[in-house]
Amino acid sequence: MKYKHFALVVLVLLLNACGDNIRPVDLSYESQILYLGNGTEPQDLDPHVVTGVPESKILMALLEGLVIRHPSGLSPLPGIAQRWNISEDGKTYTFFLRDNAIWSNGDQVTANDFVYSWRRMLTPSLGSKYPDMLYDVIGAEDFNKGLLKDFSKVGVRAVDERTLQVSLRNPAPYFLELLCHYTTRPIHRPTIEKFGEIDSLGSQWTRPGNFIGNGPFELSSWELNKLLVVKKSPTYWDAANVTLNEIHFFPVDNATREDLMFRSGKLHVTSTVPQEKIEVYKGKYPENLKIDPYYGTYYYRFNTKKEPFNNKLVRQALSLSIDREKIVQKVQKGGQAVAFSFTPPNRNAFYPSTKLEYDPERAKELLIQAGYPEGTLPPFELLYNTSEGHQKLAQAIQQMWKKNLNIDVTLTNTDWKVYLSKMGIGDFSVARAGWIGDYVDPKSFLDMMVTGRGNNQTGWSNIKYDSLLLKGANSPSQDERFSFFDEAEHILMDELPILPIYTYTRIYMLHSDVEGWDSNLLDNHPYQFLSIRQSVK
Amino acid sequence: MLELISKRLLTAIPVLLAVVTLTFFMVHSAPGGPFDAEKAVDPEVLIKLNEKYNLDAPLYKQYFDYLYGVVQGDFGPSFRYPGRSVTELIFTGLPITFELALYSILFAVLLGVSIGVVSSLKKNTIYDYAPMTVAMLGICVPSIILGPSLILIFGIWLEVLPVSGWGDYSGDKILPTITLGTAYAAYCARLTRGGMLEVLNQDFIRTARAKGLSETRVVIFHALKGGLTPVIAFLGPAMAGLLAGSFVVETIFGIPGLGRFYVEAAFNRDYTMILGSSIFFSCLIIFFNLLSDLIAAIINPKLR
Repeated sequence: MKYKHFALVVLVLLLNACGDNIRPVDLSYESQILYLGNGTEPQDLDPHVVTGVPESKILMALLEGLVIRHPSGLSPLPGIAQRWNISEDGKTYTFFLRDNAIWSNGDQVTANDFVYSWRRMLTPSLGSKYPDMLYDVIGAEDFNKGLLKDFSKVGVRAVDERTLQVSLRNPAPYFLELLCHYTTRPIHRPTIEKFGEIDSLGSQWTRPGNFIGNGPFELSSWELNKLLVVKKSPTYWDAANVTLNEIHFFPVDNATREDLMFRSGKLHVTSTVPQEKIEVYKGKYPENLKIDPYYGTYYYRFNTKKEPFNNKLVRQALSLSIDREKIVQKVQKGGQAVAFSFTPPNRNAFYPSTKLEYDPERAKELLIQAGYPEGTLPPFELLYNTSEGHQKLAQAIQQMWKKNLNIDVTLTNTDWKVYLSKMGIGDFSVARAGWIGDYVDPKSFLDMMVTGRGNNQTGWSNIKYDSLLLKGANSPSQDERFSFFDEAEHILMDELPILPIYTYTRIYMLHSDVEGWDSNLLDNHPYQFLSIRQSVK
Repeated sequence: MLELISKRLLTAIPVLLAVVTLTFFMVHSAPGGPFDAEKAVDPEVLIKLNEKYNLDAPLYKQYFDYLYGVVQGDFGPSFRYPGRSVTELIFTGLPITFELALYSILFAVLLGVSIGVVSSLKKNTIYDYAPMTVAMLGICVPSIILGPSLILIFGIWLEVLPVSGWGDYSGDKILPTITLGTAYAAYCARLTRGGMLEVLNQDFIRTARAKGLSETRVVIFHALKGGLTPVIAFLGPAMAGLLAGSFVVETIFGIPGLGRFYVEAAFNRDYTMILGSSIFFSCLIIFFNLLSDLIAAIINPKLR
């Protein structure tokens, strides 16, 4: 008898909850719950500490800055600031805050909240990773580097409760773009101070129950590696126009599992699509597979401190012998565009006039000029972090270099952290890299290649390039800035310390019931503009 | 019995010390650090972070500081999740991993013992060969193949079971349990069959049958007790193996258990989390091995 009971218990345990297999997305037009695949588990929800895309997606729901991104990626829309004035020299911004902007605990959002938040973000001992977002503000960089101790000398001040004035050291036509970034959003001072000091890293204020935000949603629950839920905030200034009731962020860092979740009706949106499925889904789910342009460039880095890559001709030859068209058509197959500049071209703004050609004959000539007639260039190593996608591309380029220039290239893959450490100490010859702009402006790419910048990592330095970037920063006219940047792009594409290969696309699956989801360069989809409608089946 | 326990506990100390020492120096010698990121971290920020997490001290000092903390039950803060301690992370994942391991072992025992008993009673017939062949397959097929296959069949084609989660959707615990438990069920089946065959030939079984007891009573009340001894001895290491090996299944099904934290920690160079989980898993393995020895000793007095 004992064994029968045992068997029964086990059976009940295993099958107790076995019922209908519900597809949550099918019911969400009633519940208005958006189910979202969100990549890796967020590290934290402190906008001054985190750096990842998954965190940024959640913070977009929880916190609102002075301005918000337009769902189609056009110019910023009023957020907490109802309107703003920009002085004629482009250096003074005055923001007028909404009367009805309130925190989720009922407190008013004031200009002082922004002053406090920016002070916190720039406080050296906090160790924020994005302080440069505010470096255009007078004194911000000095304060962050510890050269200026008195924050009142930094160019941000609350004129009154509702008016915030920001003074810039140089005109920055992209400044409103920067203010869309989560790191410039306000945080609730009493909450920060309740759980620690201004510079406490990882205090408990970001936990559900503690988190006070001012965004369209508030933090409801957060189970590590499982699910993070935000609920519509009744205190949000525009709550009447927010349709979604909840957003469920699933940390799914495995593309295959995310794909299965989407296909079994557990997700409305995925963060990616397994590369091998892209072709299949183009035919099978054309209405769900989304391929949006993305503000990012996939490129290879040369270690210009090392022979033979210290020779510009060698770098040019290697670039000329890559058939980028073939790479995007035959290898990537995800709608990527051939890169001809470092900054991804943007038809609405900066469109570089550079070119990157495929000309193996010219490449051979250049190698001869550089002193390496055919087959004499010493073999070298191409480094990438372990990933099937990077490997495929590296193999294709390895073959192109072999075929066109008779060069032997060894492919080396390492785990992500090993790769990063090799980049950091310059222990590589040629290495794969990628960059996604934090805001839509060429500065978010070109600034990286200025002498000595942390992400330059090629050892390359060019005085003229640096001066053009500086001129661009000080120019009040957008057209003039873009002409300096275009010139800088020409230097970069001639010198080629980096080898742009293609412009990224964002490839993901989207359920057809989701409305208001526009494609834009930064993959930003403010949730207050989204809703779920029952599609006709 | 007491002697056995104290002897085992004493040998556990050097084992744990070796685990801590080896793991500590291995993770610290791996290239890359916990704060390396795509967006290069400002050197000044890095100095502050290293200071905060005691990574600026000489390695031997870090090692002794860490040991000192561990002895006091402090596994330190996680490097990846600011504001969360390693202990918090372990106890977030542990109940789930434990539940998964428990269901899997129940599944394994129930299925394995049933098959083993039937096979032993129908020795050298199709009812013996067929399940034993399947059991051999069960042992051979790794969970990394079995899991996705089950997902494909039951989740995608038949659409009867959820493909991910743990306690989120009805029935989402079934596929992970089967995936993790199958290999162990197969072992249980083979062990039960072996154990039963040995017991069924013994005199007391013949006596029981001669007394006119029904075959069911003979099997359940007389033969199983002895026949299951190898299975019980196997349960301790199996439970330890299930707990430590659950990370593959947790990854396939997106289960937020300890195994996933462990693997992630390794990729993220979350030193304290790697160390904390290694120590914790070592303790579990030691504990379950001890437990199975104790149970075996209780069942079989010859082992005492």
